[in-house]
Amino acid sequence: MADEVILLDFWPSMFGMRTRIALEEKNVKFDYREQDLWNKSPILLEMNPVHKKIPVLIHNGKPVCESLIQVEYIDEVWPSKNPLLPSDPYQRAQAKFWGDFIDKKVYASARLIWGAKGEEQEAGKKEFIEILKTLESELGDKIYFGGETFGYVDIALIGFYSWFEAYDKFGNFSIEAECPKLIAWAKRCVERESVAKSLPDSNKIVEFVPVLKKHIGIE
Amino acid sequence: IAQENTYTQTQRTENQTGLTGKMNQEEQVQVLGLWGSPFSKRVEMVLQLKGIPYEYIEEDVYGNKSPMLLKYNPIHKKVPVLVHNGRSIAESLVIVEYIEDTWKTGPTILPQDPYERAMARFWAKYVDEKVMVAMGKAFWGPESEREKERKEAYEGLISLEKEIGDKRFFGGETIGIVDIAADFIGYWLGIVQEVSGVTIMTAEEFPNLKRWSEDFVGNNIIKEVLPPKQKLAALFKTPFRSAATSG
Repeated sequence: MADEVILLDFWPSMFGMRTRIALEEKNVKFDYREQDLWNKSPILLEMNPVHKKIPVLIHNGKPVCESLIQVEYIDEVWPSKNPLLPSDPYQRAQAKFWGDFIDKKVYASARLIWGAKGEEQEAGKKEFIEILKTLESELGDKIYFGGETFGYVDIALIGFYSWFEAYDKFGNFSIEAECPKLIAWAKRCVERESVAKSLPDSNKIVEFVPVLKKHIGIE
Repeated sequence: IAQENTYTQTQRTENQTGLTGKMNQEEQVQVLGLWGSPFSKRVEMVLQLKGIPYEYIEEDVYGNKSPMLLKYNPIHKKVPVLVHNGRSIAESLVIVEYIEDTWKTGPTILPQDPYERAMARFWAKYVDEKVMVAMGKAFWGPESEREKERKEAYEGLISLEKEIGDKRFFGGETIGIVDIAADFIGYWLGIVQEVSGVTIMTAEEFPNLKRWSEDFVGNNIIKEVLPPKQKLAALFKTPFRSAATSG
């Protein structure tokens, strides 16, 4: 019986990118369905009634919600190719800790970079750089966050890289100047086919930001 | 490590399963916690459900954070932290999954099937990120925001009421990760509502959750781990700083 895998997603979402990457890493064929977040489809509302958000992974008719939960699910369902999480419990716990850290910290501060002005924006920029530096420190001299192999923490973070050009532009700073090692890591990641296929062009994100701001009603 | 051992000698307390004395150095488990914290208690509940001996160390998180805490959780500087053979893990639900992965004896708190596991993780996250955050702000947040947060928490409880339905526990017949995550709702919430005079969850509107909370708190092992009601009530009468404990 062939697996039916559908992904309800939104092209600029750094969260949706995680799930795309995970599916690509496992070579799983999936039906990508672009969603209009300002006109939510019946299938989105049916499959994620609690949050009404993307990404939603629908596997043989059953929905899985929350991007990092989807990544772990994909790893468990298709275990043989490219393991995404370490098998050692301690390493796995460390990976989940950092995934949780990225979830709690990165988006909120980044949003202030494109979504705020003046002091609030400056505070957001400062916090964002501090968070990236913490991550850079955790990466150290490793190729990927998990060491030699690309995995969960890399997947959790790399989607944000497609937004860096936009952050640079709207924040009027240079992330690369502040965090060169992290940029080097990101460039290594985008060399992977799964990542290259899953991240949109950075200039498209730059064009998208004013559209997004209009939709949510900010100048 | 030698320095930490000296520190913990002076702070050593008998752990709740009654095992004292020297532990096998190969299997040293310590919990840095806070007696009144539902996050901290999640870790102790799972250790005790699985019969894993551990040393409990009370952290003065509101006052002076210990060198041990700062060493083992430098990123968040919060409790709970699990230290296993000298290596630390932080974030209560990450710790709970670590315990599940590491000790293969005792009851399991996650299902085996990947889809069921994803569902359990989804609801545990929902409890933490939607319900717990709103509850914290509803009772202890800025006054101007409390009404809005109460509504958020209430909506969260409606989803949970629906999710548990007729099941004995969120985990089914036995306690699982979602029940553990929802410990605040099962025990702390009733006490906080009584002390504050603010009610979000009534038995009439939430009969499933009410029944669940009685079964949860009534469990032989869980009841031994929970902090005493009077002590918690006294704690809640004073302003509560939630910055010291983490999810």
